[in-house]
Amino acid sequence: MAKNLYEKVFDRHVVSRLSSGQYQVFIGLHLVHEVTSPQAFALLRDRGLKVKFPGRTFATVDHIIPTDIASRQRPLQDSLAEEMLQAIESNTKEHGVAFFGPHSGHQGVVHVIGPELGLTQPGMTIACGDSHTSTHGAFGSLAFGIGTSQVADILATGTMSLGRLKVRRIKVTGKLGAGVYAKDVILAIIRKLGVNGGVGFAYEYAGEAIEAMTMEQRMTLCNMSIEGGARIGYVNPDQVTFDYLKGREFSPKGADWDKAVEYWKSIASDADATFDDEVVIDGASLAPHVTWGITPAQSVAVNESIPAESDFIESERPLIREAYEYMSLEANQPIEGVKVDVVFIGSCTNGRLSDLQEAAKMVQGQTGKVASGVQALVVPGSEEVQKQAEALGLHKIFTDAGFEWREPGCSMCLAMNPDKLKNRQVSASTSNRNFKGRQGSPAGRTLLMSPVMAAAAALTGQVTDARKLFHLENKA
Amino acid sequence: MQATAAAIIESVSGRAVPLRGNDIDTDRIIPARFLRCVTFDGLGEHAFEDDRRGLAAKGEVHAFDKPEYQGAKILFANKNFGCGSSREHAPQSLMRWGIEGVVAESFAEIFFGNCVSLGIPCATVGEAAIGRLLAAAEADPAASWVLDVKAREIRGPITEPVTFLDGPRSQFLSGQWNPMSELLSHLTEVEQVASGLPYVSGKW
Repeated sequence: MAKNLYEKVFDRHVVSRLSSGQYQVFIGLHLVHEVTSPQAFALLRDRGLKVKFPGRTFATVDHIIPTDIASRQRPLQDSLAEEMLQAIESNTKEHGVAFFGPHSGHQGVVHVIGPELGLTQPGMTIACGDSHTSTHGAFGSLAFGIGTSQVADILATGTMSLGRLKVRRIKVTGKLGAGVYAKDVILAIIRKLGVNGGVGFAYEYAGEAIEAMTMEQRMTLCNMSIEGGARIGYVNPDQVTFDYLKGREFSPKGADWDKAVEYWKSIASDADATFDDEVVIDGASLAPHVTWGITPAQSVAVNESIPAESDFIESERPLIREAYEYMSLEANQPIEGVKVDVVFIGSCTNGRLSDLQEAAKMVQGQTGKVASGVQALVVPGSEEVQKQAEALGLHKIFTDAGFEWREPGCSMCLAMNPDKLKNRQVSASTSNRNFKGRQGSPAGRTLLMSPVMAAAAALTGQVTDARKLFHLENKA
Repeated sequence: MQATAAAIIESVSGRAVPLRGNDIDTDRIIPARFLRCVTFDGLGEHAFEDDRRGLAAKGEVHAFDKPEYQGAKILFANKNFGCGSSREHAPQSLMRWGIEGVVAESFAEIFFGNCVSLGIPCATVGEAAIGRLLAAAEADPAASWVLDVKAREIRGPITEPVTFLDGPRSQFLSGQWNPMSELLSHLTEVEQVASGLPYVSGKW
């Protein structure tokens, strides 16, 4: 019988049916960071348990790490952050787990380093105590964000308890226009299906626009599946996937490579596979998107105005009013022209090399600099991204234009480190969440957008259609 | 975490605290700055900290600050409660504030799973029913409620049928809501499955 990727991969990883009716599922790659793991390691210690598969467990530090070079000196100035860093260092050492710390050459946002090391591969089950683990689905893996109790379950047993999901195929047809990226596609999908539209579903992304995306674009897409309520999202592995993985540190080598590629092809959804639901999006008609509110579904195309309350059903209106008030924006106001104070280019959503390259390319073609009064941060997703970007001279392009070039980490995506908005500042951010207070100030305001749109906002000091500013036109 | 102390949970009894609003995310339940910790101790006092302060600045009072809801054990909420970050710190902070059960229109998936692991039953009801429950808890904060996992209902000044997912419900009723012990009992099978996967065995 024809099967989709979710069914094939899930079935191969089932260990047992638990008494609750849930499935015990083997997790082939467990990624660990400093925020959601210390209590799990403590639990193992309390119960006298060891990490069951230390060789399939990899750790780094990303959330709390400062991004200015002076502040990375040990001990960290924030004693709580230092305590967390020490905890993950000692926990991983005690259990024989690889830890990619600062200056290891591999430190970075956990969802950036997994793929770039070749740890993330098609057909795997992956888990991490972080909701954006869905990122790794870009390779055709099933990648679950989990809580700390489940981190402990996986550390101790290599497995977790899971129910089966339904699968919704989202087909994005056509060719994306110039200046339109995966970020715009996923914001448009979430706008259409809602922040809870994906609850109970895995999202399979398919169609011409997805097939044409690079792996880094597919990662951006899958990364924000969780913002649409879907715990996991994936793209079927193809030649783009294999080309990305070839030669990476943990990728299969030599004679194994060809066999691995055959295996990976075999786990893709069959041509006649069935799905529980299907949604079609016209990719060719999409424009750059910008969020205006306090959930990732509250977005508009850059050439649109903020919607009126009457555009929504009654039960959604209180949240729309709350968003107007919190953001100090009004119905029918064009999103273009909204002033920004801070620009953040980075995160597990958009902190990879190609994100920085696209933004730098636009900045380089301009004579102007970062607008007066605007602070613009560029935070590479990993030490490897930083190294490659610097080899290409991107840091110079950014700093010459008045951007700050930082060290790798999660930074202002969630502001657990010193990078925070102040008071009611408005941020043009390439991250994934525009929740109230998300970027470190309880009154801070976030507008989510692509790196190229964020670069445009940095130069003009306001939400700007990057296609116009950078003269991006569709080539016939 | 209470992995070693799993117990049968047939119901949760106590007063209820009403919290209106869709899409209340885990950053709002526990802002990220309070995640700078290596234990979950002390998170209870920071539940909804920024929402509470924000309302106080406007001269309003968040439900978690109202004297009449102190000590409440059941939380009533609207749609997509607990969306966003996977931080278990969110249900940990609610639990440490005193919440032992939640009734909402719907839950975000990771939050829901975290609650199961902590032994916090989460039940869903329709839009009209949650409206009645919220209104009842607002009208009479002192009312006693029972979230009955076994009978699948919430009983108080009014009674409404609720839905539990079958798997988690049986986990609560059997005391197996934290699955670690059962997962540990199958380690031989775990190794068999692992060694059959080419990326683990290296036998492509």
